[in-house]
Amino acid sequence: MTNEVLLDFNNVTMQFGGVTALSEVSVKIFRGEILGLIGPNGAGKTTCFNVMTGVYQPTQGTVMFNGSDITKLKRYEITQSGIARTFQNIRLFSEMTAVENVMVGADARKTSSIPASLLRTKRQRTEEKESYDRSMELLALMGIADRASDAARNLPYGYQRRLEIARALATEPELLCLDEPAAGFNPAEKQELNELILKIRDQGYTVLLIEHDMNVVMKISDRVTVLDFGRKIAEGLPQEVRENPDVIAAYLGVPDDAA
Amino acid sequence: MSQLLILWKRFYSLFAGVQAHWKSMSRVQRLSGYALAVLALYLAPWWPKIPGIGWLVNTPGTQFSTVLNDQVIIFVLVALGLNVVVGLAGLLDLGYVGFYAVGAYVVGVLTSQHASLPWIVALPIAVLVSMLVGVILGTPTLRLRGDYLAIVTLGFGEIIRISAKNLDWLGASRGISDIGKPPSIGPLKFGVIDPKPYYWLGLTLVFLVVFCLYRLEESRVGRAWTAIREDEDAAELMGVNTFKFKLWAFAIGAAVGGLAGAHYAGKVGFISPDNFPLQLSILFLAAVVLGGSGNMPGAILGGIMVAWLPERFRNFTDKRVLVFGIALVLVMVFRPEGLLPRRVRTKTAMRTSSDGKEVAQ
Repeated sequence: MTNEVLLDFNNVTMQFGGVTALSEVSVKIFRGEILGLIGPNGAGKTTCFNVMTGVYQPTQGTVMFNGSDITKLKRYEITQSGIARTFQNIRLFSEMTAVENVMVGADARKTSSIPASLLRTKRQRTEEKESYDRSMELLALMGIADRASDAARNLPYGYQRRLEIARALATEPELLCLDEPAAGFNPAEKQELNELILKIRDQGYTVLLIEHDMNVVMKISDRVTVLDFGRKIAEGLPQEVRENPDVIAAYLGVPDDAA
Repeated sequence: MSQLLILWKRFYSLFAGVQAHWKSMSRVQRLSGYALAVLALYLAPWWPKIPGIGWLVNTPGTQFSTVLNDQVIIFVLVALGLNVVVGLAGLLDLGYVGFYAVGAYVVGVLTSQHASLPWIVALPIAVLVSMLVGVILGTPTLRLRGDYLAIVTLGFGEIIRISAKNLDWLGASRGISDIGKPPSIGPLKFGVIDPKPYYWLGLTLVFLVVFCLYRLEESRVGRAWTAIREDEDAAELMGVNTFKFKLWAFAIGAAVGGLAGAHYAGKVGFISPDNFPLQLSILFLAAVVLGGSGNMPGAILGGIMVAWLPERFRNFTDKRVLVFGIALVLVMVFRPEGLLPRRVRTKTAMRTSSDGKEVAQ
């Protein structure tokens, strides 16, 4: 982890009609860290993701990535500039094979379009091979290469989750946003996933992690940011956050007599 | 009904047996198999003369090779083009006849109405103009999704037809006659009486289109289209420029539709707005869905069925539409994904499993 700010989520407010999902939230992500983003259900974690990746345009505030403003960029442009994500509800291309799913991600860095594909130019063939090789490599990294040619929808749940991560990594991101990657995992699988995320971080990726499971977040995050009702209520090292009374209140509620 | 099902299963296991045998053959054997199949297709005009099974394919009341060209080739071409739009990219287009009409009208205008270019020169222009119309229509409308897109395209098909009907420049409801014919190649004369040369030309166009579309399908472009069909939002978040690729799908579909129209105009020599009714759009779509949306062999088979079945049962007169309708319903009940549903492509699988060595395409 360095002191270089990779993503600066600056004073972002996101309103849907009368509902304020995010209210003046500022988060900085440093290059090379794992930042855990936690909060009770409905706290605005996924909305945060959606603003960062261009799904929503914030009502107010800016998102700076690598020093440039990406607030107004189109979604695919944000991906191409180096942010990739997974989805809370798995959203794979279910009729495509696992490796093809990953190749779609890898294609984000390629340029050959219709004419090159029609003519099968040398560059197009090189790009195809690169996409394929890189995708197989990523499947191997995620430990799911044995089912590379199965349709995504036929993969077991754990494989699908990991396939989503592989697909996101294939876009060669600098920042990888994982939206509850451990949802539905048993403790052993969570342990494996932890190791995997650490491995990804060690390869030079910066990771933003939304997670409900405190064990996962506290174990692997370098820093933790806590949201509640669309506001940032705490930020810091896992240990500090764990002992923060506001965080405890948000998760466990405040006893009546104390209120 | 259950007997029918048993029959189908028997047929299917026979088919699977042939398929397994096919896979066990050597490369040379397979290549010669392909060559024979291609030859058989070029000889299709004589199929009804085959003793024993000829009656099965024959079309009473209409010359078989006329049906082959004017119906089957046209529907196969159109189904191939529409399959890119509907089957691969998942964009429901109910006005596809519009592009077909544009192709036909461009040839009509350039070879007869306002100029007298040869057909062969008008053909590429027709394809390009159709493509351009696809882009012009796609640019504003591809921001819409699903049902909305379907309604807009439905309107487009009608706009083209009604414009043609009302513009004197396009011959209004009189249409355009004396449209140029393809140039003779040696002994092959593209005349009025013998439809066979047109069929051979059309079949060649089909092979050309299949070749091009196959290359697109098996590339970054094909993957982008499929990803858009499966989940447009996820595709965009994975870096696919969805608008650009949807527009390409539209443009390429339009180009193939225009090609079919140009071929049709060259053959019949006369077009009028009545040749391009809304019903044709529906039939085109039926061909793709019936055959197997998103699967090229499926689209081809669908095109053949929708074109040939009504002609096969022409002597049922009025009831043939009923028979055709029942056939469609039965297919949709028993094969909801079409006669040849798309399968997850196993090409990438083969590349790895054969000997672990990766083969560049």
